[in-house]
Amino acid sequence: MSPDPAEAPETGQAPQRADGPEKARPLSPVRALDVDPLLDDPETRIVVCCGSGGVGKTTTAAALGLRAAERGRKVVVLTIDPARRLAQSMGIDSLDNVPRRVKGTEGEGELHAMMLDMKRTFDEVVEAHADPERAAVILANPFYQSLSAGFAGTQEYMAMEKLGQLRAKDEWDLIVVDTPPSRSALDFLDAPKRLGSFLDGRLIRLLTAPAKLGGRAGMAFLNVGMSMMTGTLGKLLGGQLLKDVQTFVAAMDTTFGGFRTRADATYKLLQAPGTAFLVVAAPERDALREAAYFVERLAAEKMPLVGLVLNRVHGSGAGRLSAERALAAAENLEDPRIVDQGGGKAGLRNSPDSYGSSRSTASAAAPDAPASEEGSPADEERSVDRLTAGLLRLHADRMQLLSREQRTRDRFTARHPEVAVVEVPALPGDVHDLAGLRDIGTLLAAGATEHTELP
Amino acid sequence: MSRLQVVSGKGGTGKTTVAAALALALATEGKRTLLVEVEGRQGIAQLFETEALPYEERKIAVAPGGGEVYALAIDPELALLDYLQMFYKLGGAGRALKKLGAIDFATTVAPGIRDVLLTGKACEAVRRKDKSGRFAYDYVVMDAPPTGRITRFLNVNDEVAGLAKIGPIHNQAQAVMRVLKSPETAVHLVTLLEEMPVQETADGIAELRAARLPVGRVIVNMVRPEVLDAGDLELVRTVGRSSVARALSTAGLGGARRGGNAEKLVDPLLAQAAEYAERYALEQEQRAVLGELGLPLGELPLFAEGMDLAGLYELATELRKQGLS
Repeated sequence: MSPDPAEAPETGQAPQRADGPEKARPLSPVRALDVDPLLDDPETRIVVCCGSGGVGKTTTAAALGLRAAERGRKVVVLTIDPARRLAQSMGIDSLDNVPRRVKGTEGEGELHAMMLDMKRTFDEVVEAHADPERAAVILANPFYQSLSAGFAGTQEYMAMEKLGQLRAKDEWDLIVVDTPPSRSALDFLDAPKRLGSFLDGRLIRLLTAPAKLGGRAGMAFLNVGMSMMTGTLGKLLGGQLLKDVQTFVAAMDTTFGGFRTRADATYKLLQAPGTAFLVVAAPERDALREAAYFVERLAAEKMPLVGLVLNRVHGSGAGRLSAERALAAAENLEDPRIVDQGGGKAGLRNSPDSYGSSRSTASAAAPDAPASEEGSPADEERSVDRLTAGLLRLHADRMQLLSREQRTRDRFTARHPEVAVVEVPALPGDVHDLAGLRDIGTLLAAGATEHTELP
Repeated sequence: MSRLQVVSGKGGTGKTTVAAALALALATEGKRTLLVEVEGRQGIAQLFETEALPYEERKIAVAPGGGEVYALAIDPELALLDYLQMFYKLGGAGRALKKLGAIDFATTVAPGIRDVLLTGKACEAVRRKDKSGRFAYDYVVMDAPPTGRITRFLNVNDEVAGLAKIGPIHNQAQAVMRVLKSPETAVHLVTLLEEMPVQETADGIAELRAARLPVGRVIVNMVRPEVLDAGDLELVRTVGRSSVARALSTAGLGGARRGGNAEKLVDPLLAQAAEYAERYALEQEQRAVLGELGLPLGELPLFAEGMDLAGLYELATELRKQGLS
């Protein structure tokens, strides 16, 4: 404890700041991300929310969608794997592959929401590009059924496919996409290309029509490898599966243009002006490490990153009281001997008289308490002391959390000063309804303005 | 105690940490455990503060009482090449396959093959014996994919077994399923005391049970210490502001009069207590939901300073104390 703890902070304090709400104040970003201009800009047609799992990505996407809608735009939110709660918060019991109008939004705009059904989406691609007979063959193919039911990459690919479809319809002013909960940030960008290049690639061509290559010089070696490989794969997978793959690819190949081309088109759509990537994170080590990785990756792919949404940032209205002082004060209350500095007084401390005298001269000028409370019994006072000690410990925890969050965030901004940040204060509970989403939207928009006032 | 311990959980619940602590706890008293990573994130290496793990079983920690923890990051590509070598002696040809994209195909896009290779490798470690006929590892702990994908991941062998109706992959899938659906395996789910992770845990358990995969325990991770108890929270609602101001003043935090330093702390501190109360109530609710799942529950404390190696050992001790290992 400092020798004169009572006076020290009183002097240098700017009253207006101490009285202010100060929520989420402690972290001051290098650049603030202003959400509203982004959502209002008619040029913004796609917002992609990406980030690691468990950081509130889907909630952020929904809140942004609602805010844009209530600011007058016609919006569709494409979620990949929403918690049931989130669907319910938008007043929809279950989301499916078709955009559903969300009721209860305010203003002229519209909010629609849908959840990606990857099998359904894949089926639609097939149905759209093949004549009915051929489509039926593909849809019945066992290899196709497994592929479309969701193995590695399919979900990411279909999310991109759906995005492309929604954008092509030109029915919405703004599409907000929530990315799949991938193993790592990379999958989301890689998988479409991977699946595309596989289905459209050399391997498949070799598998399906090795004879075509026979004549070409230089391919002879490959062909040797090829027959060996077909044999190996056949042995490994069983001949039936390989045959299923071959039939599937042959049917796909003749019916519609390369998957690669489609994947490339979606990829270009993501790079185009009008698309805005938001990386979502929480001020925790792992989430921000993942976010940094994503930022670097987006830059490498020339994807338009507009900023970082930092969810669950803690603040405190009593930011001037440090964790150390709060803990020391809590100890004083729990063990009065320390504050009294004399064993003799400790026993008497809980009587009203000694309570008054145990206060230092610094706080002696505090007789503004109502008389009714002044006369409260000793044990009640003891329980208030105990409670107050608890409040102080709670505050100490909060301040320690704040400084950890700040350190973690600072590490990120030091590495990526160019990335604009918006912070969303931590809320004690989950979002249950449109009002909750609206609140988050308000916080998202307020995050930026609040910070511009900081020194 | 099942010899294959699979640890899953919603993203952000700390399943890698729990898996690592479990591997340490199970290794105590001279046992040997293998901690397996399947998602290529190198989370284990980060936790144990070592360099990235290769595709190789490597000792990464010594447990109290002389036990050993080995770790393995399973790389599906290398596992496939391994497998080809083992069954077909295809060392060099593997590289040619890789060049053609066949390995990429098999491990990335081919239905479920990736998952078969990953679970297959773990099951192989479970069954492996040394020359004297002892099991190579007393326990294998898998840091598995998240709750949303765990059933499909573990059950994929069934799907592949249906798809590849003959051949070594088919046989492999069958053998793996025999281990995964036996009492030799237990699938644990890590959760937080928050609504969404608890909901996902409940859904995950239902899915696992429907697939007849053996569900082990629910481990509630990052449980915050109880700073204020129910009695305190009751008092928070009724306490006079001036009494708190006086108590703060007594504690040496300035004047209790209006505008005094101690007095100015009252509102923000009570606001923080109200937030705490709201969260406390939510946590109690979620505890009740978890209680209805009919599974043994374990609780691990939050390490406010973040997880490090020392914390991992503490968690391992805690797991042993609660009889979770």
